[in-house]
Amino acid sequence: MSDLDQFRDETRAWLGENCPASMREPMRNESDACWGGRGFKFKSDDQRHWLERMAARGWTTPTWPQEYGGGGLSKDEARILKEEMALINARNPLMSFGISMLGPMLLKYGSEELKQQHIPDIVHGRIRWCQGYSEPGAGSDLAGLQTRADDHGDHYLVNGQKVWTSYADQADWCFCLVRTDFDAPKHLGISFILFDMTWPGVSTKPIKLISGSSPFCETFMDDLKVPKNQLVGEAGKGWTYAKYLLTHEREMISEMGLGSGEALSALAMEYAPSTGGQLKDGFLRAEIASHEIDMAAFMATVQRVQHEAKAGGGVGAASSTLKYYGTELNKDRMELLLNIHGSDALEWEGQFANNGKIAREWLRSKANSIEGGTSEVQLNIVSKHILGLPDK
Amino acid sequence: MQLVLNEEQQLLKESADGFFKSKAPVSALRALRDAGCDACFDPDVWAETAEMGFNGMVLSEDAGGIGFGYTGAGTVAEAMGRNLSASPWFVNAVLSAPLLNAVASDEQKQMWLPKLLNGSSVMALAIDEGGHYDPAGTKLAAAESRDGFVLSGMKSFVVEGANADAWLVLARSAGAPGSEKGLSLFIVEKGTPGLVVDQQVMADSRNYARLTFEKVTLGKDALVGAAGLALAGLSPILDRAAVVVAAELYGLSSFCLSSTVDYLKERKQFGVVIGTFQGLQHRAAHLFSELELTKSVVLKALMAADTDDPSFPVLASIAKAKACKTAELATNEAIQMHGGIGMTDEMDIGFYIKRARSLQALLGDYNHHADRYARLRGF
Repeated sequence: MSDLDQFRDETRAWLGENCPASMREPMRNESDACWGGRGFKFKSDDQRHWLERMAARGWTTPTWPQEYGGGGLSKDEARILKEEMALINARNPLMSFGISMLGPMLLKYGSEELKQQHIPDIVHGRIRWCQGYSEPGAGSDLAGLQTRADDHGDHYLVNGQKVWTSYADQADWCFCLVRTDFDAPKHLGISFILFDMTWPGVSTKPIKLISGSSPFCETFMDDLKVPKNQLVGEAGKGWTYAKYLLTHEREMISEMGLGSGEALSALAMEYAPSTGGQLKDGFLRAEIASHEIDMAAFMATVQRVQHEAKAGGGVGAASSTLKYYGTELNKDRMELLLNIHGSDALEWEGQFANNGKIAREWLRSKANSIEGGTSEVQLNIVSKHILGLPDK
Repeated sequence: MQLVLNEEQQLLKESADGFFKSKAPVSALRALRDAGCDACFDPDVWAETAEMGFNGMVLSEDAGGIGFGYTGAGTVAEAMGRNLSASPWFVNAVLSAPLLNAVASDEQKQMWLPKLLNGSSVMALAIDEGGHYDPAGTKLAAAESRDGFVLSGMKSFVVEGANADAWLVLARSAGAPGSEKGLSLFIVEKGTPGLVVDQQVMADSRNYARLTFEKVTLGKDALVGAAGLALAGLSPILDRAAVVVAAELYGLSSFCLSSTVDYLKERKQFGVVIGTFQGLQHRAAHLFSELELTKSVVLKALMAADTDDPSFPVLASIAKAKACKTAELATNEAIQMHGGIGMTDEMDIGFYIKRARSLQALLGDYNHHADRYARLRGF
């Protein structure tokens, strides 16, 4: 038996013993997710145990180094773990921007001190992170950000406003882009800092969205003192770090909601009129077939990009293609879901419609092609960095 | 299954790319068209193709091939698509040889396989009878006689059919058109009395034929496989061939993108190169994304074709459908972004758009495969 087969057997046995039954049921909605953090209220003991057991092995972050609490698994082992978890429908033990965004960047660019301080808390879900990137005047033109961090010797004095800070009102710490040099060209005056949301000078205000929920906040920094030891890497190089982190974010967003949900065709046969094993609405049938063909090709691309990255070379600009296509596909999927359910999908409240789950997710999906760089920004990146089309 | 080519496959790809680029580029197709050549391919290049071993791509070494499977065939088809190489390779290597190898008698194999592999004979496959691919709809009648069969009816869109040495002909020996049962496959050789071969001159300047069968009498030894059960043996080969066509479409589409991007970088209007315009950049970047998806799903289907994966028919339809749609977009966008010059015969784009539509129709167009996908998925 090869080492990987043995690893698979052991993983299967361990998951069998340690993944509680209730953690193998599909999540009913977003509130079933475990986000961790200082103030997180576990919905059940099972949820807490599942996180603690996975975190104890470092399996919330399977490929991160063991010295910081990660699982230290090879990519093949991590893939096996993922497959074995999928086999029993195990829930993700920990949703975390620390894992999906900050961690990989900190491991690559952070000082030893910062890694020791922050990585173990991310692995164990003890600290919940939020991302301070966009500003009212810096959306697609992120590098135009104006939040200022003035050098006061042992600390920076930070003043400014961030917007679209996901779950800032529930986060413990923030990773944040600030301008430390107002004279340098805009990409070169940016620094990457970390601060505790409870420090004096930080305040947040939720933004109500068209879906009725408020996953995003405005975050204000008024004379916030951030010690210099919370500067990641070098001052003025924040844009490099931010771009690296965005690559990870794009991969995450591109796969958001894709491949995991039930096939549209199956839902259509359940909820839309059919006759003789075929949908009555020929246009809907054609649109679903077209969508699922694109979806299959997209998922094959995600697979290929992963395999190519493994065989050598990073993901790089390919993440822009995935982000662009994946989010457009997800919006298309939500529109088709609306077609499948008809007017039922628009019910906003009450038990029948699971409190408007479809309608709210449909509206939420509209942000997919805006957040993490709009579709148009992704196309700009593909034109410039892959096709080599000139700026001027 | 890793969606990357291994070292051997990568070497094959490079050798196929190099071979077709130097021996059978689009300029050669243009020359053949301008000369009004009947065969529509260069016999010397065809002989060299056989020498390279490309005709035995799919067959195992035991069967006289080189055992690179459909993944290997896909790399050859992609190179041919990129260069619009005119060659009967597809009908011999991907249709006739694998089909005979799978269902023919030992005598038939001994008689034909060596000739198909060394290129001394071309054997075309005749399925379509009208503008739409529909094997089960076959009407061409094969009436059983005392000594064999009598064929009456017609076939069209027979690829490489005009100069073929023999044709594999799908005919109905029982049942009504539409039924998947009652179909039989026959080898009909050149010069058989009652067979009329008319060259079909098509937009893509390649070799096609319309065959008319006027009471063509065949012996029992012309039957390939069991009478009435042809589709069982044929379907897996047709699905695999459709994916190889998808690979050719991908190669063709990738040429359209790269030549268009090159043009965007050199053509000047309003005092700047037009590639600086975001309106064109986004069109090109979107096309690039569609090509990335197509490349992945075609590779996945080619690799699955080399296995017994039971979901392969679904994947085959997905790959062909996606490749058809992308090729339509790529060729249309190439003309649009080239502007007026893209409409001229002097540019090669015209050859690509004409070839694309033929390949799209061959073995089922987008609608055929999207519909089949839906049926296989039960909706």
